[in-house]
Amino acid sequence: MSGGEPLIRWDWIGSHAGYLAGLAGRHLYLSLIPVVFGLIVSVPLGIACTRWRWVYPPVLTSANVLYSIPSLALFLLFIPYTGLFSDLTLIIPLTLYTLSVLVPNVVDGLRQVSAPVSQAATAMGFGRLRQLLQVELPIAVPVVIAGVRIATVSSISLVSVGQLIGNGGLGVLFTDGQQRIFPTEVIVGIALTVVLAFAADAVLVTVQRLLTPWARTGRAAA
Amino acid sequence: MSRLITFDGVTKRYPDGTVALDDVSLECATGEITVFVGTSGGGKTTALRTINRMVEPTSGRVLIDGRSVLGSKPAELRRGVGYVIQQAGLFPHRTIVDNIATVPRLLGWDKKKARARSYELMERVGLDPAMGTRYPYQLSGGQQQRVGVARALAADPPIMLMDEPFSAVDPVVRAELQGEFLRLQSELHKTIVFVTHDIDEAIKLGDRIAVFQTGGRLVQVDTPEKLLAHPADEFVSGFVGRDRGIRRLSFVPAAELPLRSDVVLPETASVADARATGEPWVLAVDGTRRPLGWARAEDLPDSGALAGLRLTDPGRTFQVGADSVRTVLDAVILSPSGLAIGVDSGGGVVGVTGHRELADTITAT
Ligand SMILES: Nc1ncnc2c1ncn2[C@@H]1O[C@H](COP(=O)(O)OP(=O)(O)O)[C@@H](O)[C@H]1O
Ligand SMILES: [Mg+2]
Repeated sequence: MSGGEPLIRWDWIGSHAGYLAGLAGRHLYLSLIPVVFGLIVSVPLGIACTRWRWVYPPVLTSANVLYSIPSLALFLLFIPYTGLFSDLTLIIPLTLYTLSVLVPNVVDGLRQVSAPVSQAATAMGFGRLRQLLQVELPIAVPVVIAGVRIATVSSISLVSVGQLIGNGGLGVLFTDGQQRIFPTEVIVGIALTVVLAFAADAVLVTVQRLLTPWARTGRAAA
Repeated sequence: MSRLITFDGVTKRYPDGTVALDDVSLECATGEITVFVGTSGGGKTTALRTINRMVEPTSGRVLIDGRSVLGSKPAELRRGVGYVIQQAGLFPHRTIVDNIATVPRLLGWDKKKARARSYELMERVGLDPAMGTRYPYQLSGGQQQRVGVARALAADPPIMLMDEPFSAVDPVVRAELQGEFLRLQSELHKTIVFVTHDIDEAIKLGDRIAVFQTGGRLVQVDTPEKLLAHPADEFVSGFVGRDRGIRRLSFVPAAELPLRSDVVLPETASVADARATGEPWVLAVDGTRRPLGWARAEDLPDSGALAGLRLTDPGRTFQVGADSVRTVLDAVILSPSGLAIGVDSGGGVVGVTGHRELADTITAT
């Protein structure tokens, strides 16, 4: 560190505010799209796993095996198909990662429906599909959102790794700050990532409370 | 006579080989409460569920108004058959009003009409309409059970199936729910099939009782009175219990007991009048014949009127036109004088009765 250089140069932050906001926006986009895609895949997969019990073990194992592959390796694996700078090179692997959290949570969520509740639904004349849409999925929501929160935070932290293949949102601050030996950039990168994670989580908690006022958990003060 | 639900040689064998129903034939009459009672695993729940096709018989038929239930689509059949279960099974994500409105909504009623119906039913089953916007977890077990009953009644189905609906609540709430259930039924006249493992509940609620034995065998179908008087076999007599003799007294009206009035004196009567009866106890009544209390001959002073004495609390009375001999027996046992006080519907004393009158009447029935 050069003499007299402060750890954080506030003036740099001030003069780069627009640039930083743009990076944060892009970072958020790159981390949230995989969660959305992950949900789109996990919900039907989770439903299949509860309808046919034998489907669940192979699906869960596959999701976990995918999750155990280091992220950088998985990104590199996709480059030949999706291209070096394409968003898809990042989005597809991150989507696959979310499955190891989302599929089990969808399954657990659907299992929250107690036997008396599903018997009552059947006895009252719900058809299969209607029971799924109006009883089982709504009851699964709190547990599914709990999974979405974990997937979102982990996705936000993983996007930075994408900078190593040239596309990583706030990750650019880490590579650039390191090359220029400019700690302000690294620290700002860390701080913004943490702020994004907290903000996204807070939004999801709020969404859950609005969506499931009937859930006992998380509303002890009410 | 028109019969609504008919079991015609119904047998159910589950895939694992368990025989849950063994050639059951039975009729559940229109507008009556038929109780299925018996040991756990006797096939009661299975029998109940063959009515709304949640279980399909291996052989035999279940008919509603003479038509096989297999002739209707399951979902449509079920919307016309109310169903209440032990754990209520309320939808945790729906408000009380929306829970009750479930079947009307499935039937395509518009939201406003369905909700209005829900509030009407909440009042019917004794729930404060202010609870309508709450969620099930905010209600007590007894309240949840009431919601379960309201939900089953919402679309006014002619048939109600109830599987141990009051078994999970404490005895005080259970007695309350049973009483209200009978009151509701006296207004609604549904055809009800009610499952319980509790013989007392069966006797209290049933117009007719069907006793199931392990292995899905139907052993006896009778009115509660006949079941207690003439159990078909050892299993039934064992099941109705050793004290079935006392239970039977519930079906003998108190009006059959002879009443005495020689020991009933107005409070203005003198001590000498009381002594003149020659009885160990006399009952003082006021000007409107309401019971004031018992006076014991031994403790009477030398002079004065009954009004001036410290009397022993009259205790529990029985209504001559409404109560059963079982209530009288209880009152006799608890009375300091060994005499139970019979009153009319206005609370005025008609007469008293004691051990001897009870014994004569019980022997005669
Ligand atoms: N789905 C099922 N598969 C196999 N056996 C069952 C099933 N449901 C009930 N049984 C068996 O059938 C018998 C009757 O059960 P049930 O009708 O629930 O009796 P109850 O309601 O009188 O307690 C029991 O032995 C029970 O274990
Ligand atoms: Mg049962």
